[in-house]
Amino acid sequence: MVSRAVDTICEKVLADEAVTAEEGLVLHEEADLATLSLLADHVRCRLHPGASGRTVTYIVDRNINPTNVCITDCSFCAFYRRPNQDESYVLPREEIYTKIDELRAVGGELVLMQGGHHPHLKTEWYCELLSDLRNRYPGLHLHAMSPPEIHHLSLLDDCSVDDVIARLKAAGMASIPGGGAEILVDRVRDVIAPKKTSTDDWLGVMRAAHAQGLRTTATMMFGHVETAADRIEHLMRIRDLQDETGGFTAFAAWNYQNQKGVELDVPKTTPAVYFRVIAISRIVLHNVANIQASYVTQGAKAAQTSLRFGVNDFGGGMMEENVVSAAGTFELIELAEIERQIRAAGFEPRRRNFFYDIIDERGPVELDPAVSTGALT
Amino acid sequence: MNPKLIARRAAGVGLSDIWEKVEASERLSVADGLRLYEHDDLSLIGAMGDHVRRRLHGDRAYFNVNQHINYTNLCNKLCKFCAFQRLPGQDGAYCMTPDEAADEIRKRLDDPVTEVHMVAGVWPQLDYGYFLDLLRAVKAARPSIHIKAFTMVEIEEIQRVAKKPLEEVFADLMEAGLDSLPGGGAEIFAERVHRALFPLKIGADRWLEIAGTAHKAGLRTNCTMMYGHIETLEERVDHLDRLRTLQDETGGFQTLIPLSFHPDNTEMDDIKAPTAHDDLRNIAVSRLFLDNIPHIKAYWIMLGVPTAQMALNFGADDIDGTVTQERIYHDAGAQTPQALSRPDLVQLIADAGFVPVERDTLYNVVKVEEIPA
Repeated sequence: MVSRAVDTICEKVLADEAVTAEEGLVLHEEADLATLSLLADHVRCRLHPGASGRTVTYIVDRNINPTNVCITDCSFCAFYRRPNQDESYVLPREEIYTKIDELRAVGGELVLMQGGHHPHLKTEWYCELLSDLRNRYPGLHLHAMSPPEIHHLSLLDDCSVDDVIARLKAAGMASIPGGGAEILVDRVRDVIAPKKTSTDDWLGVMRAAHAQGLRTTATMMFGHVETAADRIEHLMRIRDLQDETGGFTAFAAWNYQNQKGVELDVPKTTPAVYFRVIAISRIVLHNVANIQASYVTQGAKAAQTSLRFGVNDFGGGMMEENVVSAAGTFELIELAEIERQIRAAGFEPRRRNFFYDIIDERGPVELDPAVSTGALT
Repeated sequence: MNPKLIARRAAGVGLSDIWEKVEASERLSVADGLRLYEHDDLSLIGAMGDHVRRRLHGDRAYFNVNQHINYTNLCNKLCKFCAFQRLPGQDGAYCMTPDEAADEIRKRLDDPVTEVHMVAGVWPQLDYGYFLDLLRAVKAARPSIHIKAFTMVEIEEIQRVAKKPLEEVFADLMEAGLDSLPGGGAEIFAERVHRALFPLKIGADRWLEIAGTAHKAGLRTNCTMMYGHIETLEERVDHLDRLRTLQDETGGFQTLIPLSFHPDNTEMDDIKAPTAHDDLRNIAVSRLFLDNIPHIKAYWIMLGVPTAQMALNFGADDIDGTVTQERIYHDAGAQTPQALSRPDLVQLIADAGFVPVERDTLYNVVKVEEIPA
């Protein structure tokens, strides 16, 4: 059966018009996955015309979680420990150096640094850490401190978010990861993360960061207590802020991993839900240039398939992913395997930096005029 | 899916002529099939596959509740792609007696199993009576069960020990309880591949002859294509074309099951397994090319759950079943779980956007499931 409502929205998407929240919801609830694949791929090709539409990027990076101590008690988190609890840690500096030395040894360019909300580690502590790393590793991109961490520091230090960002930036923070967004709807946050930064505060940190010239990413964790309408609202909040600031470089989504022993016990969504959500994200977020795969959570096969559901970037070739691996889904794929997956799907792999500049020794992809980019005309 | 969307996309990438044929239900040529295999636009090819799949089956997606019995792994065919085969005395070699096979059936009498899928190695010391006893024992253990057993390769061996014409062999087997045949052992029909990978096993002509004879005896069969090893895309289309030609003659094939090559623990473990892109494109092209075979199966054991679920949207209408005790693919490194529960399968199908329908072996509806909230 062909839905007339879906048809009308398809026409809008193909005419490169923005969809409304209501239309996003209709797509979410009624469009079949083959249609969503065509629409999302259309938007991908429009945002990445020509040779860039045949390119799938990835970054060589490493995750460092300086502490797992956290007082925010999110019911979905398998990573955190309460202060003084068994297995709680603050990484010794030498261990951080070792991790970065290993990253540099394989030519990695970015450290993604996020951690728990430690009750005693204040802005000063993070500034010292960041400036130490900046001085020790010139040229290393420090993608650090998600909005809830920054918000937490502003409370600990009793100062403004602007001040915290300015100090961290001065110390070496080069961009801000989009973690801790979960679902940017307070009704949902009240259930799964009642002590965590509110929707407005999360967006407020990003707005402030963008105003200070920092670029950031955005994320969404779906598949727990939220509705389809909540997912759309999340995307709309990000899109609205992007209209205002243009500061988001990329968006990534993954489903809640529901590890044993974690308080929030809901069945894990099936892979088709991921394809649906990532395609709708691509369609709704027409003003965010890049959509990342999440192979750490989805696996290599689904990550490759997502390249036809709006994804244009394989994300990090992560050497370590403490947060997600604690939820039982760690999967390390060698770079060669990432490149094979990308090529087998008909794309050319290229290494990028945080800003999506191609820094690959092969140079940018050259367009073969004989090969179509696949965009709808 | 609005066909206009597909038409626009096809026009953009030079596949309008193929789309026009697909939309008009015209047969695709071998050259068309090859162009589809060579094209990277999975969104488009998948959407075309989905269009045909919905024309044939609407919003239904089938599964069944089955049980696998691999009665022996003793085999003298030494196929290079196989991790299952053993010789006597090798670690893990086994051969079930008919009664042991029946025990497997009896263990699951409380489950609503409608079909047993029974395939195995080829071992010349098993006599004709063994196969008849195997069927009788399984049927006696569960008279209501549908026995889908013996690939064309096993039938070749059974005929050899029976020393009778094929028609009589099928009559005997049917009398002992055989209800239909699976589709394995076809691999890739091209003689080049046959010589290189499975020279001791029957080739294309004999496989097709046995399948055709089975159809004429009133047995429905499935068919398979094992891809992603040394075959060329031309050889894949040739394979599909030969199946289509026989189907024109007999109409006896129910389902194509594309088999994605699993290299682990085989002599060919230097080859990388096909990626999801190749798996999905193969499903879609099979659906588009085989206009006379009703069903395309996305065998989740082999594809993995994410790809099998997507395959339902790119041409497949069947996801196989709540398989237990699968050995052949797991010996070759399949990482999928050994079994999915019925609620799991129903959820997978519903999330893929289809109505889950439990079928029996011959695609009679056993139960239409409610879509979970």
